[in-house]
Amino acid sequence: MTRTRMTTVLLPILVVLGSMAVLLLLAGTNPWDPVRTIVEGSIGWPPFEGGSGRKVGDTFMLWVPIALASAGLIVTFNAGMWNIGIEGQIIMGAIAAAFVAREVSVSRPLLILLAILAGAAGGMLWGLLVGVLRTAGGVNEIFGGLGLDFVALSITTYLIIGPWARSGVASTSGTNPFPDDALLPSLGGSKLSPLAIAIAVVALLGVWMLFRGTLYGLKLKAVGRNRPSSFLMGIPTNRYLLGSFMICGALAGLAGTSQAIGFHHKLIPAISGNFGFLAILVVLLARFQPVWVAPISFFFAMIAVGSPGLSLRLDLHGSLGGVLQGVLVLSAMLGLGWAAYLARRRATAAAESSNE
Amino acid sequence: MRKSRKRWLPILGVILAFALVAAACGDDDAGGDAPEDFKIGIVLVGPGNDRGYSQAHLEGAQYAVEQLGLSVEDDLLVLEFANTSDTPGLSLPGTAQDMIDLGADLIIFSSDDMRDGVFEAAEQLPEFPIIWVSGDSAWSDGKDFQADKANLANVWGQMIFGKMIAGCAAALETETGEIAYMGPLTNDETRRLVNSAYLGAQYCWENFRDEPADLGFAVTFIGFWFEIPGVTLDPVLVVNDFIDGGADVTLSGIDANTALIRSGQRADAGEAVKAVPYDFIGACEEAPDICLGVPYFNWGPAYLDAARAVIDGSFSNTWSWVEPNWDDINDLDNSVVGFFQGEGLSADNAASLDTFIAGLADGSINLYEGPLNWQDGSQFLGDGETATDFQIWYSEQCVEGIVGVCSLNVFG
Repeated sequence: MTRTRMTTVLLPILVVLGSMAVLLLLAGTNPWDPVRTIVEGSIGWPPFEGGSGRKVGDTFMLWVPIALASAGLIVTFNAGMWNIGIEGQIIMGAIAAAFVAREVSVSRPLLILLAILAGAAGGMLWGLLVGVLRTAGGVNEIFGGLGLDFVALSITTYLIIGPWARSGVASTSGTNPFPDDALLPSLGGSKLSPLAIAIAVVALLGVWMLFRGTLYGLKLKAVGRNRPSSFLMGIPTNRYLLGSFMICGALAGLAGTSQAIGFHHKLIPAISGNFGFLAILVVLLARFQPVWVAPISFFFAMIAVGSPGLSLRLDLHGSLGGVLQGVLVLSAMLGLGWAAYLARRRATAAAESSNE
Repeated sequence: MRKSRKRWLPILGVILAFALVAAACGDDDAGGDAPEDFKIGIVLVGPGNDRGYSQAHLEGAQYAVEQLGLSVEDDLLVLEFANTSDTPGLSLPGTAQDMIDLGADLIIFSSDDMRDGVFEAAEQLPEFPIIWVSGDSAWSDGKDFQADKANLANVWGQMIFGKMIAGCAAALETETGEIAYMGPLTNDETRRLVNSAYLGAQYCWENFRDEPADLGFAVTFIGFWFEIPGVTLDPVLVVNDFIDGGADVTLSGIDANTALIRSGQRADAGEAVKAVPYDFIGACEEAPDICLGVPYFNWGPAYLDAARAVIDGSFSNTWSWVEPNWDDINDLDNSVVGFFQGEGLSADNAASLDTFIAGLADGSINLYEGPLNWQDGSQFLGDGETATDFQIWYSEQCVEGIVGVCSLNVFG
């Protein structure tokens, strides 16, 4: 690991842990207790030995959408696009998968395959829409994406209390659970789906490969670094931007699919779990490196699953996990700023030494 | 004199011994009969200090623990915000497992919204006693009987009476003749409660007010038990709409106390508006001057009964729709449903309300007696027909006279 990467990846984590320790000490709590509680409540204590397989399964199944969304964002970020609309792309993927799960009657393997493909397609089309607004309409992808997030959420709510409402009920608590045949196959007694894990791993590997060993990835990076120059060099920049949104959208759609037919087993308004926004933080922390996305995503999945235990075991508010994430955002920004400062200082020093 | 004192000593000893035995028996009667390591877990959908639904459940569980001679701090496990909006990684079976790991002997899931997770937990922990509040999974004559879940019981209070009283209070106090009801989501339970409030209001309007004009009664459902920004309607705006539309009394059917708080703000600004909150006995404290009273749940006695059933091994998958204690609906040791009269109710109207409650208690007033139509004009109850528990529990529509969308599909 280079010194810069050490600074940008490890410093924020150290800062957040230090900040949390101070906060907890001020609250009169031993800082170690919440850490152990979160670990114990997610992967057991000792890790992967104690605790229930059910919680470990939940943790992995929340790792899947965070990792998939993060993998997608690496693509758009490398293309120079802030795809804030990823939340909507997760939601539309979940809706498309839910449609197949509810409405299609075929054999189980085919049904699951169709749901996965539909989820990817749903997210991809929603991502493409952001891209079209950006390239054809001149709408900044941040504003277009945010707007489409709200549209996607409204569509979910409409479906849940409208056409897909439970019998006799119009409630935003969610649809009826999907038929068992439409659920991702899982290991006994837990929600852990090897298929979902495999999809996330393949996605991360694919994105890593894209930027390590393909011309397409190289051109995408070029577009992200300097669009006018790339255009002058003959790269069809708009087509590459649209491609990045489609790839990201498809991966986000798969994240939504995992949420719908792998974790919640129904469509709920909060189906995205805000994991799209969380993935932005993951990617910033990982400095756009797929290799780092996997463990950082897992760290956040542990917080999501383990946080409720804070209230049960330590009488601390469960939202402490959210505070942890919030501090981490600030720390990530600090790490990035610090890295930029070091880079500038090195460049200045190098320039001065060359002048001498 | 010395001799006389000696003669009394044995008698004093017998009295002391008797007193000790009586004190010990008295403890048993008070319920201090739980094993030392007995624990209750309760899962709340919202915060435990919401002055509404969740706080009522929390205080009920605290009452049960105290009556069992246990410690609220050590023997009551509480999880708040158990909903997917606030806690995206939440898994109710996982929560149940956590509570069991911490020593829970009984787990109470307090919300209708937890249905799917509760079923999953009950299936995965078939030997463990679980209560799902407000459900009908253990009602053998119900539509959703789950015979295979022998460890899952339901408990619910007959809040229909609380809502009738609330509706009556509103009708007694309204000056404009327009009452509004802010509902949560639409299902059988919420329609049942809106219908009960309307029937109570209509009865008191006709029998105590003798007004020539018809009573207006509007309902708006926000979409969930509490506000979820961007998903549900905003309760503050709903109350504003009610008041701006002419309603001067707002009844609340949601978990939070927004109706009373917002009405209180409008009253502070000089408007003649009042409100009836819901769920929690102390809800009126948020705006006492304009609070007509609150129909509340007093879960303590029901939870105590359930805990005792677990302790003595008699817990089973029963469905309990518990009546108020008609001898005194505000007897906190015996009545699961009550009505606390607020300062906003005039003395005369309080007396009328007492008369109404007495009529409900002795059965001389039965508001679920026909003729009664559904909102779409179809017949609910024929002339003289009395509704069964089944008909009331599964209220498929609002009744005729209520204005607002109560249908299954809010988009019509």
